[in-house]
This record gives sequence, C-alpha cells and structure tokens, in this order.
Amino acid sequence: MTTLTEPGSAQRIERGLLGRVADRVGGGVVQVVLVLVAVFWLVPTLGLLVVSLRGEAQNNASGWWTLFTKPAEITFQNYSSLLAAGFSSSFWNTVLITVPATVLVIGIAAMAAYAFAWIEFPGRDAVFLVVIALLVVPVQIALIPIAKLYGFLGIFGSITGVVLFHVAFGLPFAIFLLRNFFVGIPRELLEAARMDGAQEWRIFATVVFPLAKPAIASLGIFQFLWVWNDLLVALVFADTENQPMTKALQSQMRQFGTNVDILAPGAFLSLIIPLVLFFGFQRYFVQGLLAGSVK
Amino acid sequence: MTERLDGPQAPGGDIPAAGATSGPIETRSAPAAAARVDSSTPRRLGPSPRMAALFLLPAVLLLAAWVVYPIIYSIFRSLYDSAGNRFVGLGNYGSIFTDSATLTTIRNNVIWVVVAPLIVTVLGLMFAVLTERIRWATAFKLILFMPMAVSLLAAGVIFRLVYEQDPDKGVANAVITVVHDTFSSSAGYPGARPRENDQAPAAVQNGAVVTKQQVQDGQPVLLPLVGLPPDVVKDAAPAKAAPAGGLSGTVWLDVVRGGGGTLNQIDPQEKGLAGITVEAVSGGVVKGTTETTADGGFHFTGLPAGSYLVRLPQSNFQAPFNGITWLGPGLITPAIIGAYIWVWAGFAMVLIAAGLSAIPRDALEAARIDGATEWQVFRRITVPLLSPVLLVVFVTMVINVLKVFDLVFIIAPGSVQPQANVIALEMWRVSFGGGGNQGMGSALAIFLLVLVLPFMIFNIRRFRRDER
Repeated sequence: MTTLTEPGSAQRIERGLLGRVADRVGGGVVQVVLVLVAVFWLVPTLGLLVVSLRGEAQNNASGWWTLFTKPAEITFQNYSSLLAAGFSSSFWNTVLITVPATVLVIGIAAMAAYAFAWIEFPGRDAVFLVVIALLVVPVQIALIPIAKLYGFLGIFGSITGVVLFHVAFGLPFAIFLLRNFFVGIPRELLEAARMDGAQEWRIFATVVFPLAKPAIASLGIFQFLWVWNDLLVALVFADTENQPMTKALQSQMRQFGTNVDILAPGAFLSLIIPLVLFFGFQRYFVQGLLAGSVK
Repeated sequence: MTERLDGPQAPGGDIPAAGATSGPIETRSAPAAAARVDSSTPRRLGPSPRMAALFLLPAVLLLAAWVVYPIIYSIFRSLYDSAGNRFVGLGNYGSIFTDSATLTTIRNNVIWVVVAPLIVTVLGLMFAVLTERIRWATAFKLILFMPMAVSLLAAGVIFRLVYEQDPDKGVANAVITVVHDTFSSSAGYPGARPRENDQAPAAVQNGAVVTKQQVQDGQPVLLPLVGLPPDVVKDAAPAKAAPAGGLSGTVWLDVVRGGGGTLNQIDPQEKGLAGITVEAVSGGVVKGTTETTADGGFHFTGLPAGSYLVRLPQSNFQAPFNGITWLGPGLITPAIIGAYIWVWAGFAMVLIAAGLSAIPRDALEAARIDGATEWQVFRRITVPLLSPVLLVVFVTMVINVLKVFDLVFIIAPGSVQPQANVIALEMWRVSFGGGGNQGMGSALAIFLLVLVLPFMIFNIRRFRRDER
C-alpha cells in the first residue's frame, strides 16, 4: 500500500493549498468587484424605469431612488398620458417597419446566400468579395442619394422607403452570415436531392431553409433589433405620421427637463420588446454575434 | 444590438483550437467550423448559372441601387456646392479641414477612436477572465450584455437621467456628492459671516472667521454670525451658552425673527449652528479641532492651557459640493464615451469569453503547476492566445466608433452639441438638420467612407486568406 510520491507532487500539494487560500481571498475580491460592476450596469436602466413610474412633481422634487422608501408614489399616469398623446401610433409604425424589413432580409439574403454557397457561376468569388466589402459601408453615404431617389419615386416619408433602406443595408451582413452557414450543410444532402431530380427552388425551400433555422434565428433577431432600434434612417426618411418610436421620442428631446415624464416611459416602452426578445433568444443572439464577428 | 455589427466579420481559423463554437452560452451549431468546407471540387450535378442569377437578382438589385449607386452619386455630389449646380472641385473637402466646427468633429472622433475601443476591449477582457471565477457568470453576462438589446436612443435617455446636474435627480452626482461629503464634510452655511462692526467679537480673515482677541480656558467664546436665510436654521436647536471649563464656546445665528434680541448675546429664540468645524490656533498653527453640536456649542478636549485664537475655517461657508457638470462643454465627450462603454462592454466580454473557453486548459494548468502566478499565466499565456479575438473586438469597436451618431445626438444637450459633435452627426446636421448643404454632407459621407476603407480591405484580406 505504499505509494511513492512523485518528486513533483509534494510541491503540487503545497501550491494547491497556498493556491486555495489565495483563491479564497482573491475569489472574495472578485465576487465583490463583479457585484459592483453588475450594480453599475443595472442602476441606469432601473433609474429609467423608476422615473417613468413617478409623477412629474415627485421627479422634480427628489431623486428616483427615494421611491424605495415610499413605494406608494408609483403611478402609471405617465404611461396613460403617453398613450393618450398618440404614442401608440408610433409604436405600430415601428412594428410595421421592423417586421417586413426583417422578413424581407431573411428571404432575399437566404436566396443570395444559397447561390453563393451551392451554385457555380462565373465570378462568384468576386461578387462575394464585393458583399464583404459592403459590410462596413456607413449608412451616411446613402442618405442624400436615396432621399433624392425617394423624392423621384414618390416614396419619401413613407414606411415603404424606410423598410427598403433597412433591407438593403441589412443584406451584406445577412448574406455573409447565411452563406457561411449554408456552406457547412453536408454536400450529400443536396446531391441526393439533385439526383432525385428536385428543382433548385425545392431544394432551397425544403432542404436548406429548414436546416438553417438556427442561423436564420440569429439573423432574424439581429435584423429585428437593428431596425427596431434605428433612429438615423427614420429621422431622414420617415414623415411625422409614419415615424417610429425612436423618432417620436427624439422630437421630445429638445426640452429634456420638462419632457422627462414623456421620454422616460416612452424610452422604456421602446426597449421592452427588444429586451423580451433578447432574453427569449439570447442563445441565438450570442451565436449570431460569434458567427458574425469572431469566426 | 443597436448598431450594425460591421466589424471584421470575415470567417477564419483565427480563434485558437476549436474556435468560438465551444463558448459557454452558444450552441455548437454556429457555422464557424463548417465554413471551411472545400467548395472548389467540381460538382457532378449542378444548376445553371442562370439559376444563380435568379437567386441573386433581388439582393443584387437592392445592393446596387441602395448601396453602390449612392457611393458613386455621393462622390460626384461632393464636388458641387450646396445647391448642387456649381462645381467646386475639392472645395468641400477643403472646408472640412479648415472650418473650425468640422475640425472639432474630427478632433472628437480622434478622441473617440483612441479612447473608447481600448477601454471597451480591456474591460471586456477583464470581465471575461473574472467571470470564469464566479458561479453566477451567466447572470453577470446577461446583465452586462443587456444594453446591447436597447436602442441607443433609450440608452441616451437613460444617461441623460444619470448625468442630471442636480444631485437630487442625477444618480451620478448623487453618488459623487455622497462620497465627496464623506471625505470632506461641509456643513454648508454659505453666506454666514460675523457682523462688520467694532463690537463684533470675530472678523473674516481669508474666508475664515477668526476671533479678534486671544481667548483662554474657562472663558466661553461667543461667535455670533449673521447672513443666513431663516429657513436654513428653521429646524435647528436653540443656541445655548457653553458651560465654562476648558476652551469652549458657541456658534449661533445672532438674529431674532421679527427683530429684537441683544447683539452679540445669546437670546432664547436664536438658533445654534450645528456641524461647524472649529479650530484652536496658536502662533498660526492649528492646535485642536472640534465641531459644534446641535445647539451650536463646542468644546476642545485635551488642549494644553494657553491662549488661542478660535477660527471657523472657510470650508464651513462654502456652498455645498454640487456634483460634476457632466453635460457641460468640458466633460461632454468623456460622459458620452462612458455611456458608450456601458452599451458595448458586454459585447466585448461575450466575444472574448468565447475565445477564452477555446484556450486549451492544459496549457494554463501546466504553467500553474510550474509555479507561474495567476498574473503571469494571464500575461504570458491567456492574452497572447486571445490576441486574435482581442484584435477583432478592437477593430469592430473602431469601425463602430467612427460612425457613432445616436448617443452624441441624444445625450449632448443642444447648447453643447457643437463641442460634442462627431463626423456622422455633423453629416446629418449639415444635410438634413438645418444645414442645407448637401455638397458638404456628401463630402463628409465620403470622408467617413474613406475612414472605414482600411477595415474594408482588412475584411477582404482576412476572408481570402481564410478561404484558402
């Protein structure tokens, strides 16, 4: 039953002990630091929520954190007056812009990505390099020309115009993401379908598209959040009657101090749906992030 | 995600070993590993190129009309004046670099590019490494990551609230004033002063209130002050004469509401001033310090017998510290960068954590067994192995920062927007926000495009290398 200790193992145990002590102490510090960081990250959003739940007079009189000592101050007055002021129409505009822009990007990008991944055609690599190049093009470049174009087409200020702009600028990332996913689908699956004489459309719709669900989910949530959260494109291309929430809120920013009772609940309403989506689909969100950036 | 993630998204094997796909939160189905399937072997069956054209048509049309054509149009448009009918050559570009307003935007963009990506990457690295040591890592990651789902407009509103000047409204200044007041207590009686006549026992010297005569033990010092609005001392206790014995005295507001009372004497209705710092000075040196109690009385303990001047230092009469003017012209850019870091640190953390989880544990363990300290392991092994991911995060942030618009637009109040201005915001302002100069706007847009051009080339290079 004698065990010959190896030369290194005594050292190892010693270090292990010391290490464990150091880990305990260090671990405690790490815990505290990270708790502080987490609080630091949570407090600003919490502040927005609380401010939105207090009356104008209370917000002017004392800090939002005093609410925790007198919870009776909570009121939904701000929210109801916001809705009474017609904010719900801008909410629906946001939905009307975001849903089509997301669906169209997925459909159009999936088709293009399929071609890039699985159909041979001359100049394929060169065209795909152009798509990659377009990834970093800033939207600012298109604001003036597209405003002119929309004036010419008569869709300046319309929801259609905003949607098309978002679709176009969402495409490079979407094609890139989906193409890389499609390339990884086992060749045999496609070959088999082609052997069976299936049409290219059928293969796309019944083989590739269903397999790509995770990638499509990632892309969908990204595009949805981009469009939902966009301010600049709406600022330039959406009329007042077609404006999404971001633009509606931005127009109240000039008198920030006096408009807090509109801005706080408005901003909070605008971030609820993204947050729900984020928590519901965070797996796909992170996946898309990794596929899109690190890879 | 509130901005397009248009970083260096080229796929590739830069991530060590298993790539990012074994990260803690994501699943294995990420397309990373799959992207390297060889697509160059000839196919037996295959659709015609015409089929490809059909599949590509909608995307190509949209990209050509909405992205490529605008680039060409903008190049030409930038060579014309504001109305668009007079050719000005490179005049618009010239004014970008001579006009003081646009020079400010360039200066601010430089600050942004130098500061923000570095801080975001370093914080992301720190958090990624530290979360490996806690059990609630997933919760922590979610909390830090959450701002990414929020629009930059909402983030802007959130930080307008955080940065409110009034410490009773803005949480940043509330915290700072509390911390500040803990370290330098200020009773805050701005405006309080002794009467300026010969009978007054004290006078102002360099902002402090000092007795005119030397005082000794057992001789209560009277320090009557005036000049405070009555509501400041509304709730204060009535002033009381200090008991004799030791060096003691009273600081009080020598004013009776509605008039009356004896000057320089403590009358019953007069209020004591609590929390005032009192110093006993001998030969210009502070020998003892104490503070007044609720009734304004003070008493030095342990003071050697002798005669002293009693001094109320200037700090008693300074206006209370009111926090930092975050949204003033001086601090506006750092303040907005703070909000930006709040939004993006989670992004950096998640990407770096994914890279971290792909580092072979054996290498780290081996180093630890060889006696390397945690810091050495971090510095010599973790960071070098992570450098490709760190580069990706950094470059993504640089591209993103070059185009920063929403946060500046929302957080900077109108009056300081010229000081906070950045290129992307100036481009919008000059072309749509009342500037009315689309020639200049186009030039700024092209300038922005030129700034991201190196990253475009970087992406293409990476992609071509990785596809080989």
